[in-house]
Amino acid sequence: MVDQSTSSREIDIEFRGVTKRFDDVVAVDNVSLDVERGAFFSFLGPSGCGKTTSLRLIAGFEQPTEGDVFIGGNSVVGIPSHKRPVNMVFQHYALFPHMNVAENIGYGLRQRSPKPAKQDVDKRVDETLEMVRLSGYAKRRVWELSGGQQQRVALARALINHPTCLLLDEPLAALDRKLRREMQIELQTLQREVGITFILVTHDQEEALSMSDRICIMRDGRIVQSGSPRELYDEPVNRYVADFVGKSNFFSGEVVGSNGSGVTVKLESGQALTGIQPKSAPGLANGSRASIAVRPEMISIKAADEANTDSSITIKGQVMNRIFLGEHSEYLVATEGYGDVMVLSPKSIEHSDRSFVLDDRVALSWRPDAALVLGDA
Amino acid sequence: MRIYAIAVFLFLYVPIGIIVLFSFNAGRHASELRGLSIQWYGKALSNPFVADAFFNSLIVALSVAVLSSLMGTAAALALQRLKGTVRVLFDGLIYISVMIPGIVIGIATLVALVTVFDFLNPLLASIWPEGAKPPKLSMGYASVIAAHTLFTMSIVIILVRARIAGMDRALIEASMDLYATPWRTFYQVTLPQIYPAILAGFLLSFTFSFDDFIIAFFVAGANTTLPIYIFSSIRRGITPEVNAIGTMVLAVSLCLLMTAQFSLRARTNR
Repeated sequence: MVDQSTSSREIDIEFRGVTKRFDDVVAVDNVSLDVERGAFFSFLGPSGCGKTTSLRLIAGFEQPTEGDVFIGGNSVVGIPSHKRPVNMVFQHYALFPHMNVAENIGYGLRQRSPKPAKQDVDKRVDETLEMVRLSGYAKRRVWELSGGQQQRVALARALINHPTCLLLDEPLAALDRKLRREMQIELQTLQREVGITFILVTHDQEEALSMSDRICIMRDGRIVQSGSPRELYDEPVNRYVADFVGKSNFFSGEVVGSNGSGVTVKLESGQALTGIQPKSAPGLANGSRASIAVRPEMISIKAADEANTDSSITIKGQVMNRIFLGEHSEYLVATEGYGDVMVLSPKSIEHSDRSFVLDDRVALSWRPDAALVLGDA
Repeated sequence: MRIYAIAVFLFLYVPIGIIVLFSFNAGRHASELRGLSIQWYGKALSNPFVADAFFNSLIVALSVAVLSSLMGTAAALALQRLKGTVRVLFDGLIYISVMIPGIVIGIATLVALVTVFDFLNPLLASIWPEGAKPPKLSMGYASVIAAHTLFTMSIVIILVRARIAGMDRALIEASMDLYATPWRTFYQVTLPQIYPAILAGFLLSFTFSFDDFIIAFFVAGANTTLPIYIFSSIRRGITPEVNAIGTMVLAVSLCLLMTAQFSLRARTNR
């Protein structure tokens, strides 16, 4: 295990002003970031946002047009991939079809010079097979394995080399939903066991949120926000992040004023709503476009005639749809002047008298600090 | 429809079948069958001219197969890195060289080589030291091999290109990611992936060169290859001996073609 007290500040991967252009297309645009040793770090974003290119810049399959990439404190610009102390798990695993499982896993060891003794390679392969729970599969052909097993061979093939950093390019995309959940847990456990820095590329926000220590959200080659999953969820810097991470109701309009308690946004319908700004978000000038974002689970739903005594914001509407999700119910409520609002109501407070059906008149309310004012960037 | 198909196949294969059948003829004449025997095979194999022509053909075909699979594979690997107009241009040229009739390649190569030899031979003679006999360039093995390779190399390029296109690019990256140098990546990953295509190309090149008459006829010079021998001996009338030689060539070619087919299929299934 890595000693936590000394390793906590060490940086494994660092980007300094990295730009990557392909002809006229800017895939990565002036990105700076650092990843601490032993972290589980994710690049999250839609396709074409530059997350895969960032990973390939670390692996050495691409070289930056501008800027500097560091691995373990050393600049690796110009160094080809076979000389870099990182290993990758490919999206479709890229297992060598003409080799069996053991030959695939031992491949990296056999490239070392001086070449290690055969029995040493075999021993390490056996240990690694055990680690990924594939003992007894050494002589199998890779195409005979299931998707999940191939995934674990790909992991073993990378981890056997004890890389500084393990790169994972959408590693779970090819698996079915149930298997994906299992592999997410398995990956996390494995990462804690081996203590190696993991860098994951994914477009699946749920995957990033559930596995990572830190997430970097990208758009058009730039970093929009990076932070812990909780920071991104609770304090998104703009509407893009709030929309990408979890679900939100957005009420968009124009900033009309701000004071100590919050920022007021005037909606197109003429209604005004007040919310607070997340700490890290840039200030909003009067007249700029902004949205009030409210998470569906932060809204409470009551009958319209129920007395409203607290100081929370309340809007009225009519139930348009209700989806029963087991532990939650999801309501879609048409409101006057605020558009359609989604509400997530936990089963624990869904008593018979608080459960609503189609066309019921309801009142929606939330605490003032549940509403975030976000720039539309 | 079915009758037409049968007619076409009969037209194609009956003459070949007859050659094979008559090669086992016990009689002296090619036109009447008098019992079965393998005596003509013995005659053909013991004929020094046939043996000579056979070895000429073998040397030429082997050289062509080796050269075109080496150069064709190298060219295919290089072409795959090209982009844009250059690539389109080369692709076009490769397909054109496959489509050019053998007779055109034969004449063109003959004219080109004769011109070059006429230019080089006096030059060589003038720079050669006094007393020593200067070498004289002329038609022979090298000219047939060169002319055949011109054609068969394109076949190898096309086969290997198709194989590379079907190969997962991530395999190469995975190998490099696992510390393999470019050279080791080539022979540990790329080569095992494309060798069925190279083998098929080798065998097809061999078969083409071994069977070719037209190009060899123009540029072989004094060397007689097997097809040229057959051609010259049928001018004296078709004998069961020629049938026997033809059948042997057919058997060898069919074997190689089937091996090529098999090797192309083997790995594509997985």
